[in-house]
Amino acid sequence: MKDHSLDSRRYILAGVVILVLVTYVVRLFNIQLRNDDYKALAESNAYYTKTVYPARGHMYDRNNRLLVYNQPSYDITFIPRETKNVDTLELCKAIGITREEYDERMKRIKDRRLNPGYSTYTEQEFITQLPGEEFARFQENMFRFPGFYLRKRSIRQYNYNAAGVLFGDIGEVSRSKIEKDPYYGRGDYIGTQGLEASYEEELRGEKGTEVLLRDAHGRIQGSHSNGAFDRPAVRGKDLTLSLDIELQELGERLMENKIGSIVAIEPATGEILCMVSAPSYDPSLLTGRQRGKNHKELSKDKRKPLMNRAIMGTYPPGSTFKTSQALTFLEEGIITPETSFPCTGGFVFNRFKLGCHAHSSPTPLKPAIATSCNAYFCWGLHRMFGSSKYPGGTKEAMNKWRDYMVSMGFGYRLGIDLPGEARGMIPNAEYYTKHYGNYWRAVTVISISIGQGEVTLTPLQIANLGATIANRGTYITPHLVKGVEGEEIDSVYRTPKSTMVSRKSYEEVVEGMRLAVTDGTCRAANIPGLDVCGKTGTAENKGKDHSVFMGFAPMHEPKIAIAVYVENGGFGAEFGVPIGALLMEKYLNGELSEESKEKAEKIRNRTINYGATER
Amino acid sequence: MEQRNGNILGKIDWWTVLLFACLAIMGWLAICGSIYSYVETDYLEFLNPSERTGKQAMWMGVSVIAGAVLLCIKKHTYLNLSWIIYIATMLLGIVTIFIAKDTKGSFSWIAIGSFKIQPAEFMKFATALTLAAFMNRRSFNINNNIDLAKCIGIILLPMIIIICQKETGSALVYLALFLALYREGMTGLFLLMGVSAVVYFVVGIKFGNEFFEALPVAIGPYAVTVLIQAFSIAMVKFWCKHNRTFLIMLTVNLAVTLATYWTAIYLIEFNIMTVQYLLLAFDIIYLIIRIRLGNESKNLWIALYIIGSLVFYHSSNYVMHEVLKPHQRVRIEVLLGLKEDLAGAGYNVHQSMIAIGSGGLTGKGFLNGTQTKLDYVPEQDTDFIFCTIGEEQGFMGATFVMTVFIIFILRLMALAERQDDRFGRVFGYSLASIFFFHFAINIGMVLGITPVIGIPLPFFSYGGSSFLGFSILLFTFLRIDADRDRSKSRA
Repeated sequence: MKDHSLDSRRYILAGVVILVLVTYVVRLFNIQLRNDDYKALAESNAYYTKTVYPARGHMYDRNNRLLVYNQPSYDITFIPRETKNVDTLELCKAIGITREEYDERMKRIKDRRLNPGYSTYTEQEFITQLPGEEFARFQENMFRFPGFYLRKRSIRQYNYNAAGVLFGDIGEVSRSKIEKDPYYGRGDYIGTQGLEASYEEELRGEKGTEVLLRDAHGRIQGSHSNGAFDRPAVRGKDLTLSLDIELQELGERLMENKIGSIVAIEPATGEILCMVSAPSYDPSLLTGRQRGKNHKELSKDKRKPLMNRAIMGTYPPGSTFKTSQALTFLEEGIITPETSFPCTGGFVFNRFKLGCHAHSSPTPLKPAIATSCNAYFCWGLHRMFGSSKYPGGTKEAMNKWRDYMVSMGFGYRLGIDLPGEARGMIPNAEYYTKHYGNYWRAVTVISISIGQGEVTLTPLQIANLGATIANRGTYITPHLVKGVEGEEIDSVYRTPKSTMVSRKSYEEVVEGMRLAVTDGTCRAANIPGLDVCGKTGTAENKGKDHSVFMGFAPMHEPKIAIAVYVENGGFGAEFGVPIGALLMEKYLNGELSEESKEKAEKIRNRTINYGATER
Repeated sequence: MEQRNGNILGKIDWWTVLLFACLAIMGWLAICGSIYSYVETDYLEFLNPSERTGKQAMWMGVSVIAGAVLLCIKKHTYLNLSWIIYIATMLLGIVTIFIAKDTKGSFSWIAIGSFKIQPAEFMKFATALTLAAFMNRRSFNINNNIDLAKCIGIILLPMIIIICQKETGSALVYLALFLALYREGMTGLFLLMGVSAVVYFVVGIKFGNEFFEALPVAIGPYAVTVLIQAFSIAMVKFWCKHNRTFLIMLTVNLAVTLATYWTAIYLIEFNIMTVQYLLLAFDIIYLIIRIRLGNESKNLWIALYIIGSLVFYHSSNYVMHEVLKPHQRVRIEVLLGLKEDLAGAGYNVHQSMIAIGSGGLTGKGFLNGTQTKLDYVPEQDTDFIFCTIGEEQGFMGATFVMTVFIIFILRLMALAERQDDRFGRVFGYSLASIFFFHFAINIGMVLGITPVIGIPLPFFSYGGSSFLGFSILLFTFLRIDADRDRSKSRA
């Protein structure tokens, strides 16, 4: 009855069963023991590493007044994969947007061209900087929107409507930066301009992490091992700026309706007391939800309020540059303080004539500085470039001259602690040879001696010239930050640099500048008791002349050196001198006199018409 | 013979009971592991009847009681009642289609009070029982086409009903019963053809667009031709038993395939696909020559098998890519688990592999799994229960569980083999096949080997109906085994 021929089939069947077991064991072996990928995936899956953002460092001015601080703000983010059964209309209602706005946002987020990092598995930014009221409503209802998260961030707040361009700006970190610096993640903020950018590493602090357990629905199940793996965030370091915010404010008010800049430096330390770039803007414009709109408007403004002209603008220094010429000629022995040159209505050489204004002739050095005689410095340069002292002739003399200028901080970036500094222009012999061939002479380039022609400086370099003269030959690289919490500032900002000119020569120039205030072009800066020294400048350019002033005070043990540059302001005495005088008075006396206050109000209300062209 | 009832406890196979107990306890602990979510600290909560673990424990108790009752029902009762049971459960199944509420798209659950049962679980028992009873008839001959057709009819009816309940996965389980038919003498060609058709189709589509690293040849069709050779040569060896033909074909095919493969990879690049077709042509011609020379008449069938396989593969490929619309094709690919569908079924498999993979050698420890605990794996206490074991018990624990399971299946097969009649043997093999199918598909799915077909892992997956259904199958067989005529049995 039994069919024994089929008995072997039981072994085939048993064999199949065992084969499956062996296959599965091998598979298990591969998944569990040979492959680490799954383990790593598991970690990122179950442990939700929440980033805790540190508070950014604050900024204080030199008198410990709080300038920049933080205010909490909330972003709503979401992980697309985890958002299931979310009532869109409820969500819109909770955060105060319309259905259309919602759809538009979602479309933008999912557009991989606009948002290349899009993935249904990662956190996407849905809305940033939620206002307080909507934040509260959303938080209350958050349980109804699985997959949506709140992310606490902080936004900058400003106590003064001043120094916006110095503080700079914070923005979302770029993709290329993320690739270069592993500290940053998508959606992180980074300083993009000004001090926020140059002191990013000090200000940003250190991100912390909280390791949380969560489930597939994105619900947080609690802290992992009671926070044993958490790393608290370290708040950013506070900066103490060298700025005097009241001086800064005064400077910005005085420069209203004008284009230009003011830089004031404490000569002994190189600390910048104020740095105005006009037109200026209220830094509060760039925080909060209106940021995008305001930023667009500011960047489209033809007068470029977002540009820091004090370090990015390069201008002919005009007559303020004559002080550097005097120093060079004295040091090179081309002139002595007693050397006089004739001025017959200007510098006349063969058929070449460079005009000057009416003053007594011939003049020695100090009156020449005081009256800002063009001819004097033209003759000086002419004598230097023709001097037999230089075996290489004009070219060697030119390069010697260039060396003096560079030693005074011209032609190269000074190295201020702000991004975007321009270097200005100091030509050398090769430059002219390239342009004129081998046949150029002093007279060809004569205008460089009066701060015109090819020479350009930034207002910062002009102010630094003032500080160098005030120090009688040394300067410390100008800087805006005098202290970082718990750190010493860079040694560059503590070590003095010397120019190629001796103290003795400087004393002559200082006296010349003092004479300019007491008896020359800067008489408006003659504030009793302050012993101001100064030099005006009236820089020629295509349009109306620029009004320039460079000075320092007091004459002995100077406390402040200043440069004022008002574009198209006319004579140096018109805007440069009074503005400079007011700021020095304010800084040295702590207060403006009643008379000065009136004067300040007048200057503030004076408008220079620049037309509608791009500046 | 009459005293049998008295000491039934002495006659049942305690090894099987022990294995059953082991599986049931491990299964329950696994459910504890997958349910526990850090919130409860009181382990007694696991027995709370409002928790899933409590419910499962209760169902386990019910199953044991039902098993004890079943042990009191004599073997011949089943033989006599099989058709009634069959018809009754089939009717219940049909009724279910209409009265069941939509549960995640399936219409297979009916509610009795607060409990829900799935009649499909009991249809397995009825089908196996009826199949065994039918084949037990004296006149039954599996090689008689009418008898075979009736067998297939008995198997197909519940399948159709269950497909109507939208439980395609559960319906496929009935295919396992063909293993029992095979044991009873059904020609293995059916199984081979069925298996090879599935394999060609899946392999061909799954690797249809993947190419060898260094060659412009798609892996899919190439693998299919190699598989056809392998199946044919195996048939020559095991079905025709022509050793000479087998050796020559094996040598030629193996040598040429390997030689061309290595040459193409390391020496000169050329289309190795052509060589494969030439090899198949050689096989066909050689087989036909051997019919005449060696009087090997069965060779004709193998030659036809090769041609049929090629025709099947290419026509299925054609249908897939030319006839079906893209969305239909995607549906088939997803159904077969070929398409990465991370949002749907593919997501489950991916998460389950992550959970298992993170278990390592010894696992994270009981109740310490993070993946399964945090609901990452959907269906983690039902279809994907093996995840929890893999994650918490690691390679060692998972291998142990699988081994115990396979020993259990082999034990059932051994019991089936020692039956004195076809009824017991067919029932035993049906049982073993059903357990095996569940085991192979469920764990294969969790390990990402087999397509995602939602069927439970017996005694492990959460679900009262499923546990009770498997227990009924098992205890009925234990009684049948106990009642066997030991004088006739060979074991």
